[in-house]
Amino acid sequence: MTDMVGGNMFEMRKEFFRDERDDNLNEVGKPTRRQDIPGHVTGRSPFFDDHLFDGLLHMRCVRSPHHHARLRRIDTAEAEKMPGVVRILQGRDVPRNLNTLLSLLDFGIDDEPLLSDTKVAYKGEPVAAVIAQTEAQARAAVQKVRVEWDPLPHVLDVEEAIKPGAPVVLDIYPNNKFVYHGKYDHQKLRFGDVEAAFRGADHIVEGRYQMSPIEQAPIETCGAIAAPEQNDRYVCYTSTQGLFFSLGTASKVLTMPSSRLHFIGGTVGGGFGGKVDSIHEPLAILGAMLTGRAVKYAWDREEEMQVGAPRGAERWYLKDGVMRDGRIVARKFTGYFDSGAYTRLSSYAIIKGVGHLPGPYTIPNVYADVYCVYTNRTPATAMRGFGITAVDFAIETHMDKVADVVGMNPIDLRILNAYRDGDMKAHRRIAKNCALIECAQVVAQKAGVTLSPALAAAASTRDGGGARAALPAFTATDEGGRVSGFKSTNYAKKGGRQPDMPGVPAYQSPRTAPPTPNPSPQGGGEPTPPPATPVRTGAMRFSSLSGFRRR
Amino acid sequence: MKTPVTLTLNGAERAAFADPGQNLLEFLRRGVGDLSPKYGCGQGTCGACTVRMNGQTVLSCLVLAEMAQGATIETAAGLATPAMHPLQTAFMDHFAAQCGYCTPGMLVSAKALLDRNATPTRDEVIEAISGNLCRCTGYEPIIAAILSVAQGRIRA
Amino acid sequence: MTTLETYATLAEAARAMAGGQSAAAYLGGGTIVMREVNAGTAPSRIVRTTDPVLSEIRLSGDTVSIGAGVTMAQVLAHRDLGFLHPVARLIGGPQVRNMGTVGGNLFAAHPYGDFAVALIALGARAHLVGQGARGVEDLMRDRSRPPLVAAVEFARPRQGTFGFLKVSRVKPKGVSVLSIAALIPRDGGRCRGVRVAYGAMGPAPMRGAGAERALEGQMFDAATIARAATQAAEGLDPPTDALATAWYRREVAGVHLRRLLERMERTP
Repeated sequence: MTDMVGGNMFEMRKEFFRDERDDNLNEVGKPTRRQDIPGHVTGRSPFFDDHLFDGLLHMRCVRSPHHHARLRRIDTAEAEKMPGVVRILQGRDVPRNLNTLLSLLDFGIDDEPLLSDTKVAYKGEPVAAVIAQTEAQARAAVQKVRVEWDPLPHVLDVEEAIKPGAPVVLDIYPNNKFVYHGKYDHQKLRFGDVEAAFRGADHIVEGRYQMSPIEQAPIETCGAIAAPEQNDRYVCYTSTQGLFFSLGTASKVLTMPSSRLHFIGGTVGGGFGGKVDSIHEPLAILGAMLTGRAVKYAWDREEEMQVGAPRGAERWYLKDGVMRDGRIVARKFTGYFDSGAYTRLSSYAIIKGVGHLPGPYTIPNVYADVYCVYTNRTPATAMRGFGITAVDFAIETHMDKVADVVGMNPIDLRILNAYRDGDMKAHRRIAKNCALIECAQVVAQKAGVTLSPALAAAASTRDGGGARAALPAFTATDEGGRVSGFKSTNYAKKGGRQPDMPGVPAYQSPRTAPPTPNPSPQGGGEPTPPPATPVRTGAMRFSSLSGFRRR
Repeated sequence: MKTPVTLTLNGAERAAFADPGQNLLEFLRRGVGDLSPKYGCGQGTCGACTVRMNGQTVLSCLVLAEMAQGATIETAAGLATPAMHPLQTAFMDHFAAQCGYCTPGMLVSAKALLDRNATPTRDEVIEAISGNLCRCTGYEPIIAAILSVAQGRIRA
Repeated sequence: MTTLETYATLAEAARAMAGGQSAAAYLGGGTIVMREVNAGTAPSRIVRTTDPVLSEIRLSGDTVSIGAGVTMAQVLAHRDLGFLHPVARLIGGPQVRNMGTVGGNLFAAHPYGDFAVALIALGARAHLVGQGARGVEDLMRDRSRPPLVAAVEFARPRQGTFGFLKVSRVKPKGVSVLSIAALIPRDGGRCRGVRVAYGAMGPAPMRGAGAERALEGQMFDAATIARAATQAAEGLDPPTDALATAWYRREVAGVHLRRLLERMERTP
């Protein structure tokens, strides 16, 4: 059954998995109008910048021209006198000037200033924010801010960055590598014994794959407009894709309860992942707090491309042990994610990516070491297929290489090795609702590729499970990459070294901190604090983040 | 020193003061209050700011506001009268907008095409929208929408 | 603070540019200067003129004269400039063509300037305000302080002697990886007075001496074309930029030159 929807062919192959499905579809396959499209075609959809404020101020940042440098001095005297300049913000104006997004989920150590004041680690890193009456005035004043830099050696390649003696991009972690589970400088996946399987394999196939950073390049650049609202609140219109991430980050960085923040978003002019860990709102709100006026902070196109976080570059080394008949019996991965100068979401990208290995194939021995590496490149973030895209590119290119080595048609190879319902996967879950085989068969049919008869007749619902559902009898583990000085149960705190932040109170979630005592209505004498909210104890379930579950 | 600028926008006379060096896009958005043309690059590459000035499509981010004195301007906000223009209906029916950010500029370019050539070929449609970037749809739904109006499936 | 100065004649505008208190930028169609105004890197004085002479297109006898203020769209609308339509059509998108001018394209930074490439191949001369005329090719040698151009003038090429090709990664609107314009007059089948020009193969649009040497005086046939292709990049030092490396440009220059010449050879 074929339909034209939106000018594109849309084909439903209902013969597959017929008995698992009720085909009484009400919406799927039908051209239902988007509920927001009337706004789009009339120009009335309210993007963050589509709000008019009287006396709106404009914010533009002073940015590092160096990949890596110590900041010796910022002199704003001349800039402050420029026409229209209202205020210039620096790091000392930020209530809590160190953050990492995932600390909101207790996964990560704060590492990134909102406005850097000692060191910059990527080209374009902001060190001051000029607020002026017009954008042109803000631009002109930015050019007059004098910054004295001491350039430092920089490193732009993931494998160079982890060599001994490489420039230290982020000194919280050893050798420019994020620490996983408080134990290792990489994320491990161990399933079976790849080395033993390599010894018994007919072929060894190796490959090296590289994906460069990719800029999401939405037509709408990132930005926010913040303004004082009634009742001591601030309203913030933002381009963010993650409204609650943005709200939590702003609340934390500005040490302001989120009840004082009114975030309005939901109309995003293209995000593709690049507006997930949005960092505009805190600066815009801080500007509104310190000027008492509406402040717009938005990137221009050059900033969007250079400073905006791209999908991070990745490098993958794959090694397969393959039998003559095309069965892949072992697959070993070494992966390097280029997180850029700060962690942001990259630490989580690796966890997602590792959960994806070894691809949609049942391979009895799988080994992966995946590193989150810091370099002096623009900090990376999510983009379509976050954590997955580059490793999938590596896996699928490698499959074609394997097919070439064993002399098999690449679609046959995939069907042969595809997981089937009931198979044990490398991260110790049973595969279900598999459909790779059927997809591959349809692709072969459309591409005019003749499959071998046995594989043309294969099905995801057959031949899986049984012996294939068993965990390996033996899994080789190791303590490679072990680090010390980190607590194993909680990423947000470190055993030993705390980030150095004089005068800033350690962050405490409002749920665990005792509430601020209210002043006594009669005045005089010590107010009696109400009983503290009990600290939450017991089960913490972040299994998808840290790879283990506690019940 | 601000400059007064009077122009005709979507058939109505409008006036506001332009800041020195202000481009027409910012003048229309913040000066006059028509938020339909959008900022995407400030360099004339993306086309999100496309408006019609004296009958021709231009990149409003590259026009000095002062130079629009006395001009006739049409934007996407003026398409609905208030009934949807056939192009707007076609865009809605063909999924020719996802995030919607390129859509106002895209509609202005599409209307300019159909006003001068009511029966464009597919290649002519492609050329007409070649100055408007879209990061969401892959362009095919937009081309289909415009052709559907041209081919009379949606009456213009 | 940006100020706009408008003059009724080109001569007054030129005087204002030369004589003012501070540096000024000349505003033609705006597709180049306004980018700098938006970025805050333009001079504060913006000078323009409403002089109608800039928009004139004159064809008299064999001479074509195009005012520096003529837009790409106006070139496309002019029936007698059909040989330039393949050039103008590939510059920018429709909006840019409505705004961008012949004069502006002359001084557009790499990788722009495809219309200038065509003018060089046509042997065009630029009439400068208060300075007489200079060959466009000559003007390209130093574009750091561009003079004000009133018009460009060249001999109308005979049917089928002028060709243009633009290589871009995105079509139909995309910036040049390289562009080639060729003027190949023939005299009894032999190439006489050949001019080949390249865009995006150097700091500015320039002549292709290697290609010209291979073509001049030879029969315009497959053997000559093949030889010209091997010499296409001679003497050129193409840049590496975000679009392509120097190596790539050198590698493909001959391929594209051959395609252009074969097309011209097929359609007399």
